[in-house]
Amino acid sequence: MAAEITLAMRNVSKRFKKGEMYDSLRDLVPGLARRLLGKAPARESRDFWALRDVSFEITRGEAVGIVGNNGAGKSTILKILSGIMKPTSGTMTVAGRLSALIEVGAGFHPDLTGRENVYLNGAILGMSRAEVKRKFDEIVEFSGLTEFIDTPVKRYSSGMFARLGFSVAAHVDPDVLIVDEVLSVGDYVFQQKCAERMTQVVSAGATVVFVSHNLHAVSDLCTRTVWLHQGQVAGIGPTADVIRAYLDRAREGVKDGPTEDAYIADVKLKQRDGTETVAVEAGDTVTVEVLVRARQKCERLSVGVQVYDDSSYNVFNTSTERLGSGSFTVTPDQPFYTTFELQLHLGAGTYLLGVNLHRYDVQKQYDHRFPAATFFVKNQQDVRGAANLYPRVAAFGPATVRTPSVGAAK
Amino acid sequence: MIGWLRELYRRRDLFYMITWREIVIRYKQSVMGFLWAILMPLLIVGAGIVVRAAFAYVAGTKLVTSDLADVSVRSVPWAFFVAATRFATNSLIGNVSLVQKIYMPREIFPLAAVASNFVDFLVASAALTVFLAVVGTGVSVQLLWVPVLVLILVIFTIGLGTLLAAASLFFRDVKYLVEVFLTFAIFVTPVFFSADIFARFRTFLLLNPVSPVLEGLAQTIAHQQPPPMYWVGYSAAVSVAVLVTGLLVFKRLEPYFAESI
Repeated sequence: MAAEITLAMRNVSKRFKKGEMYDSLRDLVPGLARRLLGKAPARESRDFWALRDVSFEITRGEAVGIVGNNGAGKSTILKILSGIMKPTSGTMTVAGRLSALIEVGAGFHPDLTGRENVYLNGAILGMSRAEVKRKFDEIVEFSGLTEFIDTPVKRYSSGMFARLGFSVAAHVDPDVLIVDEVLSVGDYVFQQKCAERMTQVVSAGATVVFVSHNLHAVSDLCTRTVWLHQGQVAGIGPTADVIRAYLDRAREGVKDGPTEDAYIADVKLKQRDGTETVAVEAGDTVTVEVLVRARQKCERLSVGVQVYDDSSYNVFNTSTERLGSGSFTVTPDQPFYTTFELQLHLGAGTYLLGVNLHRYDVQKQYDHRFPAATFFVKNQQDVRGAANLYPRVAAFGPATVRTPSVGAAK
Repeated sequence: MIGWLRELYRRRDLFYMITWREIVIRYKQSVMGFLWAILMPLLIVGAGIVVRAAFAYVAGTKLVTSDLADVSVRSVPWAFFVAATRFATNSLIGNVSLVQKIYMPREIFPLAAVASNFVDFLVASAALTVFLAVVGTGVSVQLLWVPVLVLILVIFTIGLGTLLAAASLFFRDVKYLVEVFLTFAIFVTPVFFSADIFARFRTFLLLNPVSPVLEGLAQTIAHQQPPPMYWVGYSAAVSVAVLVTGLLVFKRLEPYFAESI
């Protein structure tokens, strides 16, 4: 690839010391004495490698996501990227001005007014006073806090605090932007605004590294993703592929092996063209493909599917039995396929798919996979809530009352 | 080294803003506001005058106006040294979230702590100038020494402050040791009295790098005499050495700040 490399990590490892750190002199003296007498545990056993041999390169203008479980090393990599920590071994190089949004409103002082904090925070994030002055109105307008800007921030709600913090951060024009889940601040409107701003930053040609638990946001924003697992790079490549691999692994972790005679062997979420998917447009049709296997012959089985939103609300559920396709029998030499075609008229968000294997007449649950898959729904229109009802709006004249035309948009 | 200076220069607005914040928050929501900058040194001056009066009483002499000038000229910079060292020591611990969350040249924190106290010092100095004029202190060419002496004190304070700021991040005891040290340091520094009253222990007293500065300021301002040259030279050398050591140690330890808090 001829593209210019903006950020490169080469064989980066980071070691932390587990256990006692000498926080005060009182601890240090006996600690050293113990070590001299050879009673302290061997050094190596107290070492903990948060990152091991991590290498990747990011080219100019690329948006790269970093995903992984808790403890996978995401925070550590973030701190190394932003220069707060130095790697134990390996190198990290950055070309250009780097700005890290690890915490919004860092350095905000409660006694200072919003205005004063904007200048302070701007300076902390690397802007000059002249730069903040130039962008001040824009920043305040973005935060939507124009009327409170001369109020001390200690009187702000936590949402207002975060909004002002993000607004300042969003107006730093870095060459490389490192973002840590700050998108999850404020209410829905503000989150949308933040997401838009991030997309703007990306399209303006900045290089973005986005570290998040929110796979939805990552798949929206990033073309490429690095998957960290136990401090090592477990996968790197196009976002959709990496996220799918990551979710597969997460699912394996949940499953504790089939214990019943019949079990769900595989669940796939497929687009119309037959490829597996994690991100869909509202209204798209997807197919849930469920493979059931048996160790012994099992009769009168039924497969159910459930869709939950990210707050665990059951948006939808049904089963083969309830849909009238009846029950089926599975034998060890004959696995059974069930497919559900679903039209996802859902609001934007993250959804979890659950699949269960059930026998109704004796009320026996054979298997339950949750989450069997995770997917994200995108909406073209700005509609909120769990469902998309495809609104179409008509404007009323001042005197005449007309009925809005009915029908789906587009 | 050049790169370090360039980075520091590039982030000068941050230094300015942090200094400004230190000053503003100290006086926000306080009834007296900026008067505190004068009140603190005033208390030390007051204590010094009481001590002088006691000395005079014991010795059976009279307290003269030049004594008042002498003791106040020593007290105001001493108040600056104590406050700046204390603030610098706590400057990193007090900004934990910034040290852990955002990268910046961290020496800005102790530097800003010293700078904000220097602003207080300037306010107090203005008040002191008025006082000196009122008590009729003379003016002489020796006053040209004043900026030099103050510069030495500032260099020493910055050096000590960066060193203590870094040390207190690793060992919380440092903070308490500094408090104890600052409380008792007044006994080994000629603040309330002249170094001369220590007679043959004068040398011992002047080994404290702050002492020659205070002696010099008292000599040049209150008595229109030249400062003790050799001792001022010694103090300057020690101060520069402390500054260089402080910054080197600070930069050496800086990569471990975020994980040591």
